[in-house]
Amino acid sequence: MTAEDALYRYVLRLGDNALITAQRKTERVTLEPELEEELANANFALDYLGQARMYYSYAGELEGRGRSEDDFAYRRDEREFQNFLLVEQPNGHFGDAIVCQVLFGVFYELQLRALAACTDSQLAAIAARAVKEIRYHLRHAGLWLVRLGRGTELSHARVRASLENQWRFTAEFFAGDEVDDIVRRDFDGPDLDAMAAAFHDRTGAMIREAGLDVPEDGVALAGGRAGRHSEHLGYLVAEMQHLARSFPGAAW
Amino acid sequence: MSPTVTREQVFDWLRAVPDPEIPVLSITDLGIVRDVVVDECVTVGLAPTYSGCPATEAIEQDVLAALRGRGLDKVAIARRLDPPWTTDWISDEGRRKLREYGIAPPEKAAGKRALTHGDRKIACPRCASTDTALVAEFGSTPCKAAYRCSACLEPFEYFKCI
Repeated sequence: MTAEDALYRYVLRLGDNALITAQRKTERVTLEPELEEELANANFALDYLGQARMYYSYAGELEGRGRSEDDFAYRRDEREFQNFLLVEQPNGHFGDAIVCQVLFGVFYELQLRALAACTDSQLAAIAARAVKEIRYHLRHAGLWLVRLGRGTELSHARVRASLENQWRFTAEFFAGDEVDDIVRRDFDGPDLDAMAAAFHDRTGAMIREAGLDVPEDGVALAGGRAGRHSEHLGYLVAEMQHLARSFPGAAW
Repeated sequence: MSPTVTREQVFDWLRAVPDPEIPVLSITDLGIVRDVVVDECVTVGLAPTYSGCPATEAIEQDVLAALRGRGLDKVAIARRLDPPWTTDWISDEGRRKLREYGIAPPEKAAGKRALTHGDRKIACPRCASTDTALVAEFGSTPCKAAYRCSACLEPFEYFKCI
């Protein structure tokens, strides 16, 4: 695999994580427990959507075959998406959404921080823009994690169950492949081992502050990078692409 | 045929293009006009505020329309991601306009302040009291937080540092 090819795949994966996250957050619109949360969630969804668009546009340039952001979002099948399994999981309840935002958010913030210093100037610029947004999302999720963890017996039990359920998806973040290796070597990209250590420090501190215990590492689920997904992604993609597939070439 | 305008003239025209979400501010007050290049074509470099800001495309269309309205037919937009936009680029004039409009402007040195936001006192844009309370950190748009003034009791928005 050439360096350029690896960079294209890497940027496409960033786009997939951002787009699927945006879609899941969009599904939560009108379901939040209060108006302020409604606005926060919808705005976070927009941030992720905006980021996905930047990644896809850039991936299209790198690939050089004239594919647009819409081609990547709407004209690929489930198996072609390379997002993490965690971000495609069904939304569940509010506590599930907060835990997902914490776990993926901590990883993504570390990833963006590393990419902002990589040697590919366009990717570094997108990352420097996006990392500011993710910091705000993380602040939001961290505050809620404490409120839920240290709230009532019920909120504590439910958010603990969310954490125990989602923890098994986090090992996948650090199970890099050839694409990650090449981006690290040729573009001074993220060091996944160092990121794993930082991830455990940061999430550990947040989880303990919320009066919860860090779950034990059990069976780890993975497959997203290779396009092997849980059964949930197909439904998400089908709904997301419905309009574009029903009316090919439709434009504003 | 090359256009007969100067960079300064184009900048002047752009001063009249409002931000669609906060129309008291022009896009030059907001600091998103990064450069203007005049050659065969007039190219305006714009920095997006937030990645998903729905106003980004509206602003681009407004800039194109404003310049075409001045008789320029070859105009283009270039998105400038690097360096990323920061609230530090909002001009002093822009900060004054924000305050008059009822939005507490962001403080300078945004990079440091973004980390400690919520722990500091924000001055009420109406009565200038710093006896204010955070109502919701994530407000009507990603860039704003909701506050209430405990002195004059008015709710107001605060333009967050980023």
